[in-house]
Amino acid sequence: MADPSPRDALITGIGLVSCLGEGLDAHWAALDDPTGFRPVVDEAGFAPWPVHPIAKLDLDRQIPKKGDQRQMEAWQRIGTYAAGLALEDAGVKGDAGLLGRMDMIVAAGGGERDYAADAAILSALPRAADPGALLNERLMSDLRPTLLLAQLSNLLAGNISVVHGVVGSSKTFMGEEAAGADAVRIAAARIAAGQGELFLVGGSYNAQRPDVLLHFEMGGKLWRHPYLPVWARQDAGGGMVLGSLGCFLVIESRAHARARGKAGRARIAHVATDRSRRAPGEAAANAARQWAALPGPLDAAAVISGASGAAPATAEEAAFLAAQGLPVRAAATALGHALEPAFPAGVALASMAVEKGRLFGPLEAAERIMPGALRQAVVTGWGNWRGEAMALVLPAD
Amino acid sequence: MPRSDQDSQGRPVVVITGTGVLTSLGQGKADNWARLTGGVSGIHRISRFPVAGLRTTIAGTVDFVPVAALSAPALSERLAELVAEEAIAEAAIGRPGDFPGRLFLALPPVELEWPQRLALAEASGANETVGYEDLLRAAGSGAFEANYRRFLFGSVAENLADALGTKGSPVAISTACASGATAIQLALEAIRRGETEAALCIGTDASVNPESLIRFSLLSALSTRNDPPEAASRPFSKDRDGFVMSEGAGALVLESLAHARARGARILGVVEGCGERADSFHRTRSNPDGRPIIACLRNALEDAGIGPEDVDYINAHGTGTPENDKMEWLGVSTVFGERAGSIPMSSNKSMIGHTLTAAGAVEAVFSLLTLREGRIPPTINYDAPDPALPVDCVPNVARDATLRRAISNSFGFGGQNVSLVLATEPA
Repeated sequence: MADPSPRDALITGIGLVSCLGEGLDAHWAALDDPTGFRPVVDEAGFAPWPVHPIAKLDLDRQIPKKGDQRQMEAWQRIGTYAAGLALEDAGVKGDAGLLGRMDMIVAAGGGERDYAADAAILSALPRAADPGALLNERLMSDLRPTLLLAQLSNLLAGNISVVHGVVGSSKTFMGEEAAGADAVRIAAARIAAGQGELFLVGGSYNAQRPDVLLHFEMGGKLWRHPYLPVWARQDAGGGMVLGSLGCFLVIESRAHARARGKAGRARIAHVATDRSRRAPGEAAANAARQWAALPGPLDAAAVISGASGAAPATAEEAAFLAAQGLPVRAAATALGHALEPAFPAGVALASMAVEKGRLFGPLEAAERIMPGALRQAVVTGWGNWRGEAMALVLPAD
Repeated sequence: MPRSDQDSQGRPVVVITGTGVLTSLGQGKADNWARLTGGVSGIHRISRFPVAGLRTTIAGTVDFVPVAALSAPALSERLAELVAEEAIAEAAIGRPGDFPGRLFLALPPVELEWPQRLALAEASGANETVGYEDLLRAAGSGAFEANYRRFLFGSVAENLADALGTKGSPVAISTACASGATAIQLALEAIRRGETEAALCIGTDASVNPESLIRFSLLSALSTRNDPPEAASRPFSKDRDGFVMSEGAGALVLESLAHARARGARILGVVEGCGERADSFHRTRSNPDGRPIIACLRNALEDAGIGPEDVDYINAHGTGTPENDKMEWLGVSTVFGERAGSIPMSSNKSMIGHTLTAAGAVEAVFSLLTLREGRIPPTINYDAPDPALPVDCVPNVARDATLRRAISNSFGFGGQNVSLVLATEPA
């Protein structure tokens, strides 16, 4: 391994909330259950579509003002909460000097709709004498004035600035899974190039929403049967089980972390993102190029796959990974698929595993135990439609 | 021309070699520039959808670009294609469908719109009342697969990357009204760190539909001065009452100076620097002490390695909301001191309205034209000066001037502030 460089991108804080709970210990305990992994799934609430529900969060701990909580919808509360956990873990929470220099890159979709208002309008419009006028009238009277602020993609970042005081810079990337991967890639690249020292990177997703189920159901992307793990779904046509999730990473140059006496949990040694039109084999060809470019040996390595579960990409990724011969874990089996924050969450699981020096147990029969030590974790992130990403996470030192 | 391909801080100089623009004033730089310097407004009464019952009935919609199935992402994508083609042609870079660099795209957030929602409701066969369970049932038929792709957040950028042949994963950006400037900032940083030699930056926004207009209206952000429409956008005036929602797109081809020189490209200008600072005060309002905007401007000057005395023109964010113009003047007057009132600072939005996520890119193109042509587009509708804002906004009539360097400001809802420093020639 190369000598540590002051421009290494260390992970010095992780905030993770999902169906498995809050924080790294809760996640590790659930993932590495010696009696076997047991998924947390809500199969009734949105039947026939199973979803992974967010664990109960004590919001006051990270979003102390009720007024702030009320100004947000669930996706923003999940994300702002996870961001607070990450800042706390990194030891920068409340440190105005550091937060004032902190660069933030959020990967986000959009916010919840007002389902009752939508339903009322959809019911009334077909019978209206003047549908256009009625739409205007109902939107003017039914939409909460602040709803826009709960919906705009950049308002997760905006809320993190307001609640936690992260103000060095603020960028929001849109574009499903690829947005999360490019957020991590650009933070690491800026650190390597000396264009930044301290980053907050991540996103959040609320899967417990009829409007997001509607979107992916239009695309035929959802698993609409009783829950099965990611790889086991493929024989029955594949499909995504969405998961509510918030994940933020504090990514910091080694020089900056060292100067403030902070140890890294792990190091992001490499991140690559690319795209293809997804003709058969194109995504695997991108992944093969990315694999070939990974630095250093993979002599004690495993893969944290971001496979969404959706066909045909998941089967193509499964074949690609099988050819590499390393133990694999499909994060979405445990967390559900969470679109924008899926890649940061994969990096978080990888970081946990390399920090502990071993891989957590198999999540389903198709995954094999890794008995030896783990020193390298490869993270994949293939979008359910487009985009292919790969990262390599190594021990911090 | 300078000898060095690096700036005073040892970074690659980043130059502009092509631009394209489309607004409610027209398509292309020639038409836009003629109207912009002629003080022409592109704001008009909305004809795209019924305006009955709305407080605001005007906008700067782009109604002259046809798309097959109108939606915000569909028209935003088409406008982006048109400005990209203009910019790439001017830069004479790459080959058709093979742009040799990355794509950074600013675009509005995407979501299913009412026509699509109504089509699902109709297909569901639900009678008296329709709910999401009915829409979900209809969605499973497979008949709406095109909606899935159209309303992904990533599909506009992906389709553009397919069409233009840009390299790598395209980055789609949402920093509200600063998005277009953020796209340029990300490209500037990527070229400086040697990740790419060229980049295509696009800001596009075609999101004037009933719901998005009403959302802004409910926040009391929009002008309600509907008659006459062209008089509604009144930046820096005492009687300004909000911004006018508009559509448009701007594109810039950025390259390292070394790359541009090596291929013999014509250099139109330089992106000397970029500053950014987020605001933690409130979701829609700026910190009343002005610190975030002041820091944003100072960061831009520092990044460009210049002082306030080196700036000849400020392309204002200048939305025409009471709040924005006051806070922008507070920031500018603090950073530029006594010179503030004598630096020309005009608002393109007085004529084109607020092109939202496109604004940073559109106004960067106009700022560059202002520098190159030596002619400053006016701030129109300035007949009631606000005594609290003693700004030289180039009132009502364009002005000739010798200009070397401009700042273009973009400040967004959610507290995302970006300032760009543009110059005519490498220092």
